[in-house]
Amino acid sequence: MCLGYPGKIVEIRGDYAKIDFGGGVIKDNIIISLVDAKVGDYVIVHAGYAIQVLDEDEALKTIETWREYFEVIDQVDK
Amino acid sequence: MINSLSRDFLKEILAKYRDPKLANKIVFKINEYAKDLGDILIMHVCGTHEWTITHYGIRSLLPNNIEVRAGPGCPVCITPASDIDSIIELCLENNVSIIAYGDMSRARGSKGLSLEDAKSMGLDLRIVYSIQDAYSIAINESDKKFIFFGVGFDTTAPSTAYMVLKGIPKNLSIISCYRYIPPAVGALLSSDDLEIDGLINPGHSSTVTGMSPYKKYFDKYPKPMVFAGFEPIDVLISIYMILKQIKNGEPKMENEYTRSVTWNGNVKAMDILFKVFNVMDGVWRGIGVIEESAFEFKDKFKSGNARAIYNIEYPLMDIGHPKGCRCADVIKGKITPLECPLYMNICRPEKPIGPCMVSIEGTCRIWAEHKVIDKLNIRG
Repeated sequence: MCLGYPGKIVEIRGDYAKIDFGGGVIKDNIIISLVDAKVGDYVIVHAGYAIQVLDEDEALKTIETWREYFEVIDQVDK
Repeated sequence: MINSLSRDFLKEILAKYRDPKLANKIVFKINEYAKDLGDILIMHVCGTHEWTITHYGIRSLLPNNIEVRAGPGCPVCITPASDIDSIIELCLENNVSIIAYGDMSRARGSKGLSLEDAKSMGLDLRIVYSIQDAYSIAINESDKKFIFFGVGFDTTAPSTAYMVLKGIPKNLSIISCYRYIPPAVGALLSSDDLEIDGLINPGHSSTVTGMSPYKKYFDKYPKPMVFAGFEPIDVLISIYMILKQIKNGEPKMENEYTRSVTWNGNVKAMDILFKVFNVMDGVWRGIGVIEESAFEFKDKFKSGNARAIYNIEYPLMDIGHPKGCRCADVIKGKITPLECPLYMNICRPEKPIGPCMVSIEGTCRIWAEHKVIDKLNIRG
């Protein structure tokens, strides 16, 4: 069961966070006790709980690395 | 990091991980690698991966000798039929209300009855999105007794563990059918049923468990294993990584989903999980018993354990798939839904027979909703 949605924490009240999932979807009862998160963090939410803080820099860095990688091996092959 | 707050990070990242140009390049390399390889079977164990693969038509992009097939990645599908039977019987006899996820309420037990069906016999069924909703219902209706049907994998079990640690209302108990995925992957690798050449491991389950619990299975059965995210580029890159490992003859545990999966996982969630649950041998519907794959409450939490309170039998055998239904083979990845005679015949999303057609994470349901009705739809 891997259904999980990334969203941004806009407010924290104790165990609970208000999370903006984009496209106008905002939920204000997501429990964040399983992670160490702060306002502004992106988290992955599964069944009402945040299960991880998304590593934004890693996300962008990785996809750029892959993009370059496939450019390069394309050129090498040519 | 400050800049990232002001831009629409989610939109930006999703566009990159769904970029058709990059997808084309990866598919080109996959095709190149495939030329030097024989028939390759890659298995994944996650309903959400199956959704991505089917939704984005990834199978239609792959060469004919590369097959990606779904294994046991749907919690509702593998929840023992006998637990569904027991819950219905118990709740009806003792006037206990049952709280369940929507999908779980439609899966049939061994007698052909689902929780939803049992409503007409007087079952008080409440559908919720999370254990938190169950908590609120129990608080608001303190004169009633409730059982929460705890179904899910390592992704879901920690939330229940957290709730139990914090304290649940006296009128609420939980039946744990939670299952641990790494031993199931170990079972797949050791099985004689299928010769799997590589595995796409589940991104969010592994976000919680980390990669480390898979090490002992990898050491015993060294097959390419890539922990993958859920966007189409994630899946394509993972397939590429697996083929590269096969081509080089170097099986590894690799992480594609680096933005979420780490070696140790969510340590906080895992600590909470193991504070509340023991790991026991457990039945997976359609598969049988898998060693050390079930989360069961520790003795000190028996006041919230429905099995202890109501003497619900702990399933030791896999029983009861409906007649003619081949969910067991679909779950094991031995066949695709197309090989089941009931698929889209008498078993359809609006009137499911087997659990794989019930759950939104079931392979049959995903294929049915994407109108995969013959091989042409798969291969493109």
